[in-house]
Formats: sequence, structure tokens, C-alpha cells
Amino acid sequence: MQHIRKLLFIIRPYWKRSAVALFLLTSLVVLDLLIPRLFQLIIDEGVNKNNQTVVIQTSILMLSISLVSFFMAIANNLFSVQVGESVARDLRDALFLKIQSYSYGDLDHQKTGELMVRLSSDATAFQRMVQISLRIGTRAPLLMIGSLILMFQTSQSLALTMLPLLLVTSIVIVVFVGKMEPLYKKVQQKLDRLNTILQENIAGARLVKAFVRAGFEGQRFKTANDNFAKNSTEVMQVQSSMGPILTMLVNIGMVIVIWAGGIKVVGGDITTGEIVAFINYLRTTMTPLTMMTMLSNIWASGIASAERINKVLNTVPEVQDQPQAAGLSEPVEGRIEFRHVSFQYNSDDDACQLVLEDINLIAEPGQTVAILGATGAGKSTLVNLIPRFYDVSAGAIYLDGADIRTLEQEALHSLIGIVPQESVLFSGTVGENIRYGRPEASQAEVVAAAQAAQAHDFIMKLPEGYAAHVEQRGANFSGGQKQRLAIARALLTNPKILILDDSTSAVDVETETKIQDALTSLLQRHTSFVVAQRISTVLKADKIIVIDNGRVAAEGTHQELILNSPIYQEIYDSQLGGGFNLGAPGAAQTAEVQP
Amino acid sequence: MTQQSGFRVNRSRGPVDFSKIEKARNAQTALARLLPYIKPFAPGLTLVMVCVVVYTLMGLVGPYLMGAAIDRFIDARQLAPAERLAGLAGMAGWMLATYFIGNLFHAVANWLMAEISQRALKQVREDLFTHLQTLPQSFFDRNPAGGLMSRLTSDIDAINQAVSQNVTALAASVLSGVGIVIAMFILDAWLALASLLVVPIMLWFTNFVARYTRKGFRDLQKQIGEMNGNMEETISGQKVVNAFHRNASAIDSFRARNTAVFKAGVYANTYALLLMPLTNVLGNFFVIVLVGFGSWLALQGLVSVGIIATFISYGQNFIEPLRQLANMYNAIQAALAGAERVFEIIDTAPETQDTPESLPLEKIAGRVNFEQVNFSYVPGQPVIKDMTLEARPGEIVALVGPTGAGKTTIINLLTRFYEIEDGQISIDGRDIRSLKKMDLRRKLGLVLQDTFLFSDTVMENIRYGALGASDEACIDAARLAEADHFIRQLPDGYQTVLNERASNLSQGQRQLLSIARAILADPAILILDEATSSVDTRTEARIQKALLRLMQGRTSFVIAHRLRTIRDADQVLVIQNGQIVEQGTHQQLLDRRGVFYDLYMSQFKGMAI
Repeated sequence: MQHIRKLLFIIRPYWKRSAVALFLLTSLVVLDLLIPRLFQLIIDEGVNKNNQTVVIQTSILMLSISLVSFFMAIANNLFSVQVGESVARDLRDALFLKIQSYSYGDLDHQKTGELMVRLSSDATAFQRMVQISLRIGTRAPLLMIGSLILMFQTSQSLALTMLPLLLVTSIVIVVFVGKMEPLYKKVQQKLDRLNTILQENIAGARLVKAFVRAGFEGQRFKTANDNFAKNSTEVMQVQSSMGPILTMLVNIGMVIVIWAGGIKVVGGDITTGEIVAFINYLRTTMTPLTMMTMLSNIWASGIASAERINKVLNTVPEVQDQPQAAGLSEPVEGRIEFRHVSFQYNSDDDACQLVLEDINLIAEPGQTVAILGATGAGKSTLVNLIPRFYDVSAGAIYLDGADIRTLEQEALHSLIGIVPQESVLFSGTVGENIRYGRPEASQAEVVAAAQAAQAHDFIMKLPEGYAAHVEQRGANFSGGQKQRLAIARALLTNPKILILDDSTSAVDVETETKIQDALTSLLQRHTSFVVAQRISTVLKADKIIVIDNGRVAAEGTHQELILNSPIYQEIYDSQLGGGFNLGAPGAAQTAEVQP
Repeated sequence: MTQQSGFRVNRSRGPVDFSKIEKARNAQTALARLLPYIKPFAPGLTLVMVCVVVYTLMGLVGPYLMGAAIDRFIDARQLAPAERLAGLAGMAGWMLATYFIGNLFHAVANWLMAEISQRALKQVREDLFTHLQTLPQSFFDRNPAGGLMSRLTSDIDAINQAVSQNVTALAASVLSGVGIVIAMFILDAWLALASLLVVPIMLWFTNFVARYTRKGFRDLQKQIGEMNGNMEETISGQKVVNAFHRNASAIDSFRARNTAVFKAGVYANTYALLLMPLTNVLGNFFVIVLVGFGSWLALQGLVSVGIIATFISYGQNFIEPLRQLANMYNAIQAALAGAERVFEIIDTAPETQDTPESLPLEKIAGRVNFEQVNFSYVPGQPVIKDMTLEARPGEIVALVGPTGAGKTTIINLLTRFYEIEDGQISIDGRDIRSLKKMDLRRKLGLVLQDTFLFSDTVMENIRYGALGASDEACIDAARLAEADHFIRQLPDGYQTVLNERASNLSQGQRQLLSIARAILADPAILILDEATSSVDTRTEARIQKALLRLMQGRTSFVIAHRLRTIRDADQVLVIQNGQIVEQGTHQQLLDRRGVFYDLYMSQFKGMAI
């Protein structure tokens, strides 16, 4: 319940409309309750007393009441739809805004799929809860209470006989809801499993074929499918037996009324009309019960969704602007300094390993710093600290002498052009993608950036050139093409600091060399950080940092490192040694292995 | 009744859900295709129908008995009180029995129907999956995984929705509607005629509202689809959005779509919810007319009070099926549209199947020949042109060349992911098209450019290469692939569960895992397609040694951008525009100072040697 309370702020702006909807609903219930009363009147006063006027008048009255309730019901619907849809819209809006404020660390913890579910089906579940509550929420209890009162008014003794029945029915419903809850959860799990297998077999079709695992996968799917079918059968069976059970209870009530009531009529205590009315009240008392099972299901899922939504909304972004965060002091030089920087991804968890430890490094304005190191050594992490995608765990990073944590994030980001390891493109045109960081750039600038990134030539080969369509995530471009577009995108922002995170891994060597050449002329005006695997990529760097196990293992220029860093020499050898006899060490060693 | 409380489990699945309101293009065919799935359950279904008939009948008898109890005993003042009480008790007994039998049969029918429908649906899913597995790689290349997935889940879900809406309830209420009409005519023709008036009015209103509702929901689904597409793209690229501080414009474009969904939602739901009060008021009118008209008839002495009470009861039961029909109409339409598309996939031609003449492939030496092979993905745009090559048993063949030259295509053809247009590919002199496809693929061990890992433990992911392998064998393979070290540093070591896109591993680490997998598979022919592109060169050098050991005695194909990795190759093929432009050993090609030499030198350009 506290999850619902936390989300009340979403409903608050619409409280007036909600109140009107509830008022209309309540009036509707009152009118609904009047109808059986009038049935009784027409039979007892009209038919049994042979009074035609009463019959006609009452009929007209009933017709007008139901006409009024028709319009009230429509008005109630209008208001509840308005409120429900508004709540859903505002909820999505709040969630989306929140996600936009997430920093990289927050995003690492939440999968895209999960966030999508929050924004779509969880928001819908909450909306449904609000909307349906406004439409029938008070109806069920009011109808029950109202018809109970009327039942007592009609015949106290007859009404008393109904109480045990009501009690039994309530127990049945409570038991039912309690039983359904875990069943639903189980079915959901089995369904998730089924979908995961389906997803993997679609996305990994090539692998399944290559390893001839169709039989294995088929078996895996069959098991999951059987489990899902078994559980959903169970749910359906329990759920569908509820109808007959509740109907039976109502039926038993009717029999009691006919029998016990009949005895009273014979004894002259009540009239036949009262029995007919009583049976009608019984119906109106019992229908809300089934309505309430439905409502409780909707509330159960609404509460579960609210809990998940709150989890997203209550996330405090790991990286935030400080209250006194300042803009940049112009002109920006672009000097970056790491002072005793340590970093771990999960800073709450002491057992979590340090990814970076005591990193010290200085990049003077205009310098190129290359970062080398083994897979998983922490290279990408290091460059991700510069734009403050993550906050350092210890130490500090300075831009022109100012701790980057004292700067406004947006100002900091606007200085930095980054080409991430995994190039993400967005649907739209090639031109729009390159312009992503600077939408107002001129066509000439776009072309220049593309040329520098060696993307211009392949773009021009596309039938529509820069207007060519890019599918979601750039699915219609090869890895190398995507990387080049991502480079162009970063270059166009004309950043003071450029970060290339292994951004040419899918580009062939020749093209990479061309990009290098183009960058060399461009990069002089920028401070740049280049994460790379190939020695050739880092050769001209002003400074090469070798990261090993989260620490700086060596630092210097190529010339210095080749002479005095064993680890650098090893990397150098691993790329240049052997095969081609250039006199590099390592040639002999590999020759031995050759079969 | 309870079916509204909703089996919503699946509905919340796919973010994009276009199928809900869509109409099947050919409802009858879709229905006909579903029939075979129901056929095996014919006896069960017959039983269900019997149950439905029984409980419908009991549903009719109940109110009749009630009316009779009132008329014949409660209101029968001419009888002696004792007689009335005895009769009443008897009647109450009969009513109880009737209701009990009716509800029991109802429950049995529901119970059976749940079993039958879920088993039939299970079969549909299984057929779909089995067929998906036989589809050619080109199908998966053409249909992006995300879209295909959300389509399939929402289609299956649509069928599920309609089924779980309880078909029995519908059948029963239609049946009871008919029964009620008959019963009413038997009781009183005039009252019955008056009651029937409501049917055309109700149908007209339903149809009228449904037309707007359908249009509204179709629009809503479209808007939701657009909004979800936008959200998905933004959130999956969120890091880039943040890096380029485009959050404000992301919010703007989201808000525009969000507002569109809001407007469409208000429109669609306003119309949809109109149906409820409409049918309610009509139902009320109906009952009121019955009571008014009935009372008037009673005044004329034409009917009894008991008959009016019965009619009111019938009247409410009579409105119900009409209301349900209106409610279920959309669900049924959506289910048929879903079924239609599921069958569309089941009807997609599978990849070329083995023929009875296909031969098994036992132990092989590993000679691979391409003879004048031609191939194109898109007709008229050849990707492989007249290619001839030979890999002798145990040789390492390196394929180099610019992106898009056709290197990966060569692998696609050898594995028969795609079939060649003309020429011949043979292994040990046997045309691969004459072989059993599974046998062929079992001989090939692939490490692909795009590593795919399953959401299972690291151990199971490695074991994928050889299902029967022991844990020790898996660990040995990981050690050879230089993966053991980092795996041990994971929170649960080899038992660490990899998530969705294995985002808890770096790109390079994922490649090491898929190498371990291939090592474990122990194939006769090893294919490495850019297998180490994201691995640092020192680690790569170490794997290289392991791989070289592994390659001994096997034919291997190696595709690489980093030319250092291929210097151990027995022959290097330089591919350009689908043709082999240079061929020879590493050293020979360097000596030739041609295309390969330029490529090779470009990576050392400027390096101090």
C-alpha cells in the first residue's frame, strides 16, 4: 500500500475529476438500488391490488431513472477515462524524465527491457487500477451495503438467514485471491523462461545452426513450454471454477429465500412481491462479490507495478550536479589531470574489486594520450571517468585545475566528444546521426567530419547519400561503417576533449590508417584520449599509458617505453614480432610453433 | 463473470503490441488452420458440449422452478397451508438439485476446456518453434530479432487471450439465449415477442459503437507502437544520449508521442466504455418493459405474477450473451489475426532439407574445395564471383581483405547457411550439398564475429560446444582460451549467470568464451571469423599459441583484420570484391609487394622498427 501512497502525487492534480467520477458512481449505485424497490411496488401495489395507474406511473418512473443513470454512467466513464489516461501519461513522463537523469552506473543496473516494461505495462497496470477503481471501485461495496440495508428493511428475519451465506462467500473469495496470487506469479516466471528461450533462438540462430543444437534447443523449449502450459492450465482451471462456485452460492441463497420466504408468506408475514424484490437484492449483493474478485486482481497487479515504478522513480542518480556547480571558466584549455584516482563499480560493496587503483596522469592541452592494456584491464572505465559518466571512488579528476565534480555536467559534456566502444546509431538519416551532437551544423561541416572519419566515400555510395535511412541501432550498417559514423558524429561537435574508446576495432587496417591521418591533423587542437589495441594506433601519441590490473604499469612515449617497459615491449612484440622478418624480437619463437 | 478478472499475464509482455485490434485478413483460413490443433481433442470437446447443454438447460429450469414455486405454492392461497409448505419444500429441493447439477457441469466444462485449449496452444507454440529452427539463416538476417520476437509474443498472446476469455462461457450463453427465447415463447408469446425487440436494437448499438472503437484502438495501437519504438531506442542508446547531452530533445520527442498516445487513448476508451452503459441501459429498459408490460398483462388477467418473476430472471440471462458477444468480438478478431501470422511463419519455406539420398559424413581428412563458386544475396549483385580455392587437410587458410569483400560470405557458404548459385563446394571431394547438413555442420567449429552467449552460467555457455562434456573439460577449454583467469574473478566463477546481452563481460571476454566453446567442440574444421578483434594483442598472442596447437591436424579458416594473427597461415587468400586477388604464404605475399604488402605495411606505418 505504501507504494500506492508514494504514487499519489501522480493522481493529485486530477482529484477534482476523480471526485466527480466517484460521486457519479455513488449516485448510480443508489439509482440501481431503487429499481428492485420499484419492482416490488409495481407487483404489490399495482398488479396484486389491480391498480393500473400505479403500474403505468411506476414503469415511467423506472424508465426515467434508468435513462438518468445511463447519462450518469457515460459521464462517469468520461471522467474516469480522462483521469486514467492522464495518470498514465504523467507516469510515463515522470519515468522517462527520471531515466534521462540516470548516470551510467544507474543504467548499468537496469536493463533496457526492464525499463521498457516499467514504462509500458507497469504504467498501464497502474492506469487500469485507477481507472477501474473510479468506474466500479465504490460500486461493489456500496451495492453490497445498500442491498443489505434494503434486505433488512424488506424482511429482517429473511435477511438474517443470508448472513452466513455472505460470510461463506467472502471466505471463498479471500481464499481464491490468495490462491491465485502465487499461481499468477508462477505462470509469469514460466512465460519469461519461454520467451527467453525463444529470444535466444532467434537472436542466436546462427550459433544454434553452427553447433547443430536444434535438437537440444527443441528439448529446452519443449520443457519450458510444457511447464508453462501446465501452470496456465492450472490458473485457468482455478479461475474458471470460481464462476460456478459463486453462482452456486447465489443459487443457494435464492433457494433459501424461496423456501424460508415462502413459509413466511404462507404464515402471512411477508408478501410475494417482497420475495421477488428480495431475490433481486440478493443478486445485487452477490454480483459485487465477483466484481470484487476482479478488482482485487487488478489492485494486486497495480500494487506490484507501483512497487516497480517506485523503484525507478526513487533511484537517486549516482552522479549529480552539486548545488553550487559552476559553468566553465572561459577559455577552456583542456588540461586533464587524474590525481590518485581509484574506482570500483559498486562502491557500497567493499568486497567489490577496485577496477582502477591510484591512477595519476596529466594530459596537457592538445596532447594525445593513448591507453593500452589487456582485455578487462580498465581502459574503458578510465576514459568514462573523464566526462563523469561515473564518479571516482577516491582521488579526483581536474579540468584546467577545477575538480570536475564542481562543474555542471552539461557544460562538461559539451566539451567532450566521445566515440564509445559499441557504436550506437539512432533511426533517422545518416546526416541526422552525424549531426546528433550538433543539430545546427551546416552540410559542409557534416561532410568534413564524415571525410575525416573516412565515412564520406561509403555514404556517397548509398543511393540517397546523406539522406539514406538508418534503422534502429544502425542495423543496416556494418560494424566498421557504424564506427566511422560514430567518429564523424563526435568530430562534428568540435570537442575540446576527444575520447576514442577502441573505436576502430571493426575497421580494416587501411581505413584505420586513413582515419588516423585525418585525426592527426584535427587532433592538434584537442586534448585526446585514445584507447587502442594496435601499437600502430598509438605510435604518434604524446603519451602512452599502459594499464595493467587497474594500475598504471608504464607511461611515456613510444620511444621511451620501447626501451624501458617490458610490458610495452611485450605488446609490441605480440603485434610486430615474427612472420615478417623485420628483425623484431619474437620471430624465432613463433617460427617454432609453426606446424 | 470471472473471465474479466483477466489472465493478463502475457498481455504485459511485448512493448509493441499491434495485434490487439487488427483484423485477420482471412478469418476463415486462420480458423481452418487452427482446426487440426483441436481435432485430437474431439472426444473431450464432445464431452464439453454435453456439459454445456446440461448446464444451460439447468440454467433455464432454475428460474422456471422458482416461478412455479411462487405461483403454485407461495401464492396459492386456495391451497391448505400445510399443502403449500410441503409443496414448497419439495420445490426448494428440486431447485437446489437443479442448480447444483447445472453449476457442477459448468465447472466440469470449464475445467476440461482449460486443459484442452492450453494443450492445443502448447502444440501451436511447439510447431512454431520447431519450424523456426528449420528456417534458413537468411530469414533471421532479414528479420531483426527484436521485431520478430515482439511480433511472435504478441501474436501468441492474442490467441491465448481469446482462449482464456473462456469460449465455453460464450457457447453457453448463446445456447442459453436460444433456450430462453424458446422458454419465453412457451410461457407467454406476447411477453416473449416484446422481449425479442431488444435484440436488433442491441446489435445495432453494439455494431455502431464497435465501429468507432475499432478505429480508435487501431489508432491507439499505432501510437503506442511509435511511442514504444521511440522509448526503446532512446533508452537502449541512453549512454550516447547522455554523452551528447541530448536529453532535452529526447524528452521533447518522447513527450510529443506520449501526448499522442494520451489523445488516442481517451478517444478509443471513451467509445469502448460507451458500450457498457449502453448495454446496461438497454438491459434495464428491457427488464422494465417486461415488468411494465407484464404487469399490465397481469392486470388483464393474462399472465401470473410468477411468470413476470420468471421473465425478469430470463431477461437478465438473455441480455448477458449479447453483452459478452460484444466484449469478445475484438479479442476473437485479434486472435485470428495473430493465428494468421503465426501460420505465415509456419508456412515460410524452411532451408533446404536433407533428402533421403543425403549421405552421412563420418571421419574426414578435411580437404575443402571451392570450384567456380558464384553467389549473391540479392539477385544481380554477386558477392562471390567464380571463386576457386583449395584447403588441404590440416592447412591454415587465412582470408584477408577489406570490409564487405565477401570473407564472411565464404564461411556462410561452407556451413550451408546460404546455398551457392553455381559451382561446387566439396569436403574430401564430396559435394557438400549431397551430405546431411547436420553431419556437415558437426564437422565445422565456428567462432563468430558477433559472439552470442546464452543467459545461463559461464560453464553452460562453454559446454554448448559439446553437451556431454565434463566440468573439467570445460575448464580446460577455458584455460586454453585464456579465459580461466577472468572467469575465476567473476562473483561466482564458472557458475556466474550471464545476463541478457552478457553486459557483465567486456567484448573481449565474450570472445574468449566463444573460443573456449569452439575448443571444446573439437571440430574437424575450425573457422575463426574475427574471433579476437576485441581482445588485446598480448592476450591474443597467448590464445594464438593455444589455437595453433588446436589447429594441428585440422583444416582451419581464419578471417582477421589484424594481420599479425595470420602469419602462421599456410596460405593467405586476399579477397577483394568477391574474388581472390592474391594467394600464397605470408612471406610470399609480402615478397610480391602487392595488395597484401600494402595492407600489411599500413598497420606498421610510422612505427619505429
